[in-house]
Amino acid sequence: MFLQHLVDGILSGAIIALGAIGLSFTMKILRFANFSHSELLTWGAYFAVVFFAMAGVFGNPFAAPIAPFSFGWPLLVALVFSAVSTSVLALVLHRLVYRRLSRTAGHMTMVFASFGVALLLRNFVLLIFGADPIYYSTALQFAIRLPGGIRVMPDQVFLLGLTVVIVIALHLFMTRSRTGISMRAVSENPDLARVSGVNTDTIIAWVWVIGASGAAIAGVLYGLTVQLRPELGFALILPLFAAAILGGTGSLYGAVIGGLVVGISENLSVMVIPSTYKPAVPFLLILAVLYFRPEGLFGERNT
Amino acid sequence: MIGVLSYLIFFLILALTLGVAVLGLNLQWGFTGLFNAGVAGFLAVGGYAMAMLTGPSRAAVFGGFELPFVVGLLGAMIASGLAAIVIGLLTIRLRHEYLAVATFGIAVTIQLVCVNWEPVTGGTLGLIGIPNPTKAMVEGSLAQNAIYLAIVLIVTAIAYTGLQRLVQGPWGRTLKAIREDETAAASLGKNPVRIRLEAFVLGCMLMGLSGALYVGFIGYVSPFDFLPIVTFQIWTMLIVGGSANNRGALLGALIVWGVWTMSGFFIARVVPPEWQAQSGAIQAVLIGLILVIVLLFRPRGLIGEEIHVSRHARSAPADARPEAP
Repeated sequence: MFLQHLVDGILSGAIIALGAIGLSFTMKILRFANFSHSELLTWGAYFAVVFFAMAGVFGNPFAAPIAPFSFGWPLLVALVFSAVSTSVLALVLHRLVYRRLSRTAGHMTMVFASFGVALLLRNFVLLIFGADPIYYSTALQFAIRLPGGIRVMPDQVFLLGLTVVIVIALHLFMTRSRTGISMRAVSENPDLARVSGVNTDTIIAWVWVIGASGAAIAGVLYGLTVQLRPELGFALILPLFAAAILGGTGSLYGAVIGGLVVGISENLSVMVIPSTYKPAVPFLLILAVLYFRPEGLFGERNT
Repeated sequence: MIGVLSYLIFFLILALTLGVAVLGLNLQWGFTGLFNAGVAGFLAVGGYAMAMLTGPSRAAVFGGFELPFVVGLLGAMIASGLAAIVIGLLTIRLRHEYLAVATFGIAVTIQLVCVNWEPVTGGTLGLIGIPNPTKAMVEGSLAQNAIYLAIVLIVTAIAYTGLQRLVQGPWGRTLKAIREDETAAASLGKNPVRIRLEAFVLGCMLMGLSGALYVGFIGYVSPFDFLPIVTFQIWTMLIVGGSANNRGALLGALIVWGVWTMSGFFIARVVPPEWQAQSGAIQAVLIGLILVIVLLFRPRGLIGEEIHVSRHARSAPADARPEAP
C-alpha cells in the first residue's frame, strides 16, 4: 500500500506543483499572498469545458481517443485555449484590481482584495455552470499495473509527463530568455532591476501569464483525473500555499518540490491518521515550515 | 407591523452578534495589524463551547453540562482564548501574509475537527436543543427575541466600551505604535510579540463570545455554520465600516448583514425555485463586489480611523503625522 500511496502522492503533487509555481512567483514578485490564485485553477478547468462544448459542434472531442488515453488531440488544444483564456482573465483582474491597489494601498490591502476576487470568481463559476460535478469524459479507462502492485491510469502518466515538460520549459525560460532573466532580477531587487532598464510592468504581466497558464493546465489535469466542481480550486488553496511556502517563494524548483512534498505527505498521511483529516495536512506542513525555517526550504533569507 | 418589528429584532440580534466578532477582528487588524483569516474557526470554538456547557446531556456525546447561559458565554470566551494562546504562540511572529495563510488553515482545521470528532461535536449533525434562556422567562417568540436582543445589546455595549477604554489608553497606544513601526516600539522598551499576542487572544475571545451568542440564540450548532464564507463576511463588515474605528466595526456589521439578508430575501422572491441552489452564490458575489469596490474607492471605509496627535506633539508639523494604513 505504501508504494501506491507514494505514487498517488507524486501524481497529485505534480498538479499542486503546477498550480503553486504561479502562486510562488506572485508572492515573491508581486509581494502579496494571492488567495484568488486557486480560483484560476477552477476557471482553467471550466474554460476547457467551454472549449469542448464549442468543439462539440463539430463532433465529439473525445470520439477518437488516442489509445490508451481517455482523450484525443483536442485535449491538447483545450489546454492551450484554457491557458490563454485564464491568462487573459488574470491580466484583466490585474488591470482592474491589483495594479490599482498596488499603487494606492499596501500589500495587505491586496490580500483582502484577493479574498473578494476569490469569492467573485468561485461564485461566478457556480452561477454559470451549476453546482453539479462535470466530467470531461465518462469513458472507462483500464489501469496500468506496475511492479509492486501499483496501479496508475494512462491519463495520470500523461499528466506527469506534461508536468515534467512544462517545468523543463520554464527552467529554460527563466535561465535563457531575456524576459526570464529580467523576471529573476525583479524578484531579487525590483528597484535595481528598474534602474537597470527592466520594464517592471511587462515583467509583472509575464508573472500573471505564467502563473495563470500553470494554474489553468493544473486545473484541466485535475479535472481530467477527478471531476470538475466549482470548489475545485478552493479545496486546493492550502495545498498550493503549503507548496509555495515550503519551497520558498519565488523559486521554480522550490514550488515543484514543495508540491511533491505536499502531495506525497497528504497521501501517506492516510496510513497514520483518519483520511477525513487529510485536508489538514498541508496546514500542518505550513506551520512546521514557518516555525522552523520561515524562508522555506529553497528560499533565501530576506532581511 | 408586528411582522416588521419581529423581523427587525431578529435582524438586529444576528447583526450585533456578528458585530461582536467584528469588534474582535478590529482589535486584531485595525489596531494591531494582525491579519487573522481564521475568524470562523474562533467563532466555532466559542459556539461549540457554549453548546457543550449549556446543552442537554446526551448518551453518545461528551458534554451537555446544562450550566447557566452566562457560564456558557464565559466558558466560550475562555475556550476561544485558550485556543488563541496555543495558535498565537505558534504563529504570532509570522509576517503578515504568512499569518493570513496560517490562520486560514487554522479555521479549515477547526472546521474539520467539528465535522469529524463525533464523540464531542456530534459530527455533521451538530448538537441540537441548546436552551435559549429567554424561553424560561416569557411566553411568545416576539417577547423572547426582544429579551435576547437586550442581552446582545448589553454584551455589545460592554465589549464596545471596554475596547474603547483599552484602545484609548496606554495599551492601545502601544498597539498602534507596534502596528506602525515594530522596531521603533521595541526600541522604546515595548515587547511587540507579547503585546501582539495579548491583542490576538483578546480579539479571539470576542469572536468566541460572538459564536456563543449565535448558538445560544438559534439553539443548535452545526459545523456548516462556520464555513470560510463567515470569515469573508466579517472581514467585509470591518472594511466597509472602517478599520481601527470601533463604531465603524459595528456600523459595518449592520450594513453588510443588511445587504446579505435583504439580498437573500429578494433573491428568494425573484429567482425561480429550480435556481435556489445558486441564490447563495449571488449573495456571495455581492459580498465580494462590496469588498473589492470599497477597497478600490474608499479604502478607509465609511468611518475610518480618527487620527489622534499626542498632546505633547501638538507643535509638530501636521505632515509628520502617521498615515492610517
